[in-house]
Amino acid sequence: MRFVVLVKQVPDTTEVEVDEETGTIIREGVPSTLNAFDEFALNVAVDIKEGMEEEVEIIALSMGPPQAEEALNKCLAIGADRAILLTDKAFAGADTWATAVTLSRALKKIENVDLIFAGQEASDGNTAQVGPEVAAHRGLPQLTYVSEIEDLDPEEGYLLCKKETDEGHVRIRSEIPTVLACMPDPGFEPKIPNVRDIMKAKKKPKEKWSMEDLGGEEEDYGLEGSESVVIETYSPPPKGEGIKVEEEPERSVDQLLKFLDEEGIL
Amino acid sequence: MIEIELELCTACGKCVKVCPVDALELKDEKAVLTGDCISCGVCVSACPEDAIEPVIQTSEVEDLSQYDGVWVFAEQQNGELKATGPQLLGKGKDLADELGEELCAVLIGNDVKNLSEELGAYGAEKVYIVDDEIFDNYSTEAYTTALTSLISEYKPNILLYGATHLGRDLAPSVAGRTGLGLTADCTDLNIEEVEDRKVLLQTRPAFGGNVMADIVCPDSRPQMATVRPHVMSPIEPDRDREFEVIEEKIRVKEEAISTEVIEVMRPEGREEIPIEEADVVVCGGRGVGTSEEDFELLRELANLLDGTVGCSRPIVEEDVMPKSRQIGQSGKTISPKLYIVCGVSGAIQHKVGIKDSDYIIAVNKNPDAAIFDVADFGIVGDLNEVLPIMIKKLEKAKEN
Repeated sequence: MRFVVLVKQVPDTTEVEVDEETGTIIREGVPSTLNAFDEFALNVAVDIKEGMEEEVEIIALSMGPPQAEEALNKCLAIGADRAILLTDKAFAGADTWATAVTLSRALKKIENVDLIFAGQEASDGNTAQVGPEVAAHRGLPQLTYVSEIEDLDPEEGYLLCKKETDEGHVRIRSEIPTVLACMPDPGFEPKIPNVRDIMKAKKKPKEKWSMEDLGGEEEDYGLEGSESVVIETYSPPPKGEGIKVEEEPERSVDQLLKFLDEEGIL
Repeated sequence: MIEIELELCTACGKCVKVCPVDALELKDEKAVLTGDCISCGVCVSACPEDAIEPVIQTSEVEDLSQYDGVWVFAEQQNGELKATGPQLLGKGKDLADELGEELCAVLIGNDVKNLSEELGAYGAEKVYIVDDEIFDNYSTEAYTTALTSLISEYKPNILLYGATHLGRDLAPSVAGRTGLGLTADCTDLNIEEVEDRKVLLQTRPAFGGNVMADIVCPDSRPQMATVRPHVMSPIEPDRDREFEVIEEKIRVKEEAISTEVIEVMRPEGREEIPIEEADVVVCGGRGVGTSEEDFELLRELANLLDGTVGCSRPIVEEDVMPKSRQIGQSGKTISPKLYIVCGVSGAIQHKVGIKDSDYIIAVNKNPDAAIFDVADFGIVGDLNEVLPIMIKKLEKAKEN
């Protein structure tokens, strides 16, 4: 079987700032990392692979600038067998639609993909849209907020998974192939690669695909291929300095009630 | 649209069977597209030979003027309307008035017609209802098919969804299949003139709320956005308001659904208001303790304020509360009117989930706890001393 895990390199913090002059996010000096939910998705894929008798190939697929290779190296150390980075100037500035177009074309080129994994959302954009949009582009069903795959039966062509809903959890049976957007339950501990894993990862195949490899025109990709346009980014209006009291509990509570009353909250 | 690779087609007829709009036929031992495709994608997943490929084009339209109306997807669960529907109708009314267009609600489910009354009361001038057994349990495929077919028939200008788990599953599925732009998790919506056209200006936070972005979808219609629950306010309901009900028959076939819910695992314990829908949320962290009893004070306070109780991640890890009560980046993002947070240190992952609350009140023993950075009012002290006094005084205030 073949699994593809969609991963993204993200800033290693959400404490980013907007350059007030250019209106763009200051990325300089901000370290990058593998998006945590994508790391979870990869962990799920590796766990299934280890429990299967059948041969499974795991491909980590990412779109990003050349330095996003670092995130893919981490994927190879965690347990991916192969990594593909989609990188081209034409891909820059993509919204979720154009990102899904790019990833879907790569998935089509990879061929014979049985399961596509993604993180539920990325910690920078927080959209949660790329997984479902890839499913749409590939004409596949989708499962979002998946926290566990309990069973996978390639013979019968189905899987059983647990997913979070607004009310709690459901156990769901789905035909495969499908797209799984994954989010961990609390307490999840990711696999930490050891030195041997990292050494082994260095020998695993890595590829870079450009627009030429995927076909199509420049207008299909990146900013030009996007449906939504960001017209402005800015820092949220600063919150006024809060009040902090450190007195006898009785007096603190009185001050709080006075505050609530003055603000008309109660 | 779809493309059929005729060489691979074995004329098994599965695609013909699943197509909800009967747009496919078998001719000369091959499947052919003869009707209007609504791009729902069910035939693509149904084809055992992988002979059908979705052809997804951005649906850039020349004549934007044929798109008309502000639509709200009104989510329901087990025949009960979710709060997001009325909230979005509240905002939708402002947008519709500004554009001089109609405000409409879309209701999908099984035996849900009675909910149209409520949607009418909250301002919908038209309620489109798709009512059938197949929509009893939510499935991405059935709901996507219903919406894509409504969109292609009625051509709304704007379509809003609540950014619930369901909304965040459905909206990108519809966007992907119909080639539309979609903006996630908006916290504000306005009509703005861009290049002589009135467009929907969508404001959303990114980077966990540290950056705000204004986004437009200039060329595709409907303009679609998911909107964070509880940010918009419903109008005062008026049961006498007149509205029109339009029932739409959309046949989604059993075979077109590839998922089946085997078991619904509801969190144990009493029925409580979902934390993302409550006006007042009292949240406890590790500082409260790690047993059920430790949370009694918080529950008492929440009840007193007609609110509900949530918690930070460690409390879920200790199995004291279910995951559905977890607030923060890996749990739920909430924006209540009043957020009272006790014994939570205030890690960035937690702060991200509460940033948009109207008022944040923090109680913590540690005067340097990071939670005080985002609090409007902070009390440094032992919550086991502070809360009983707070409860006593609030009860007294309530009596007067």
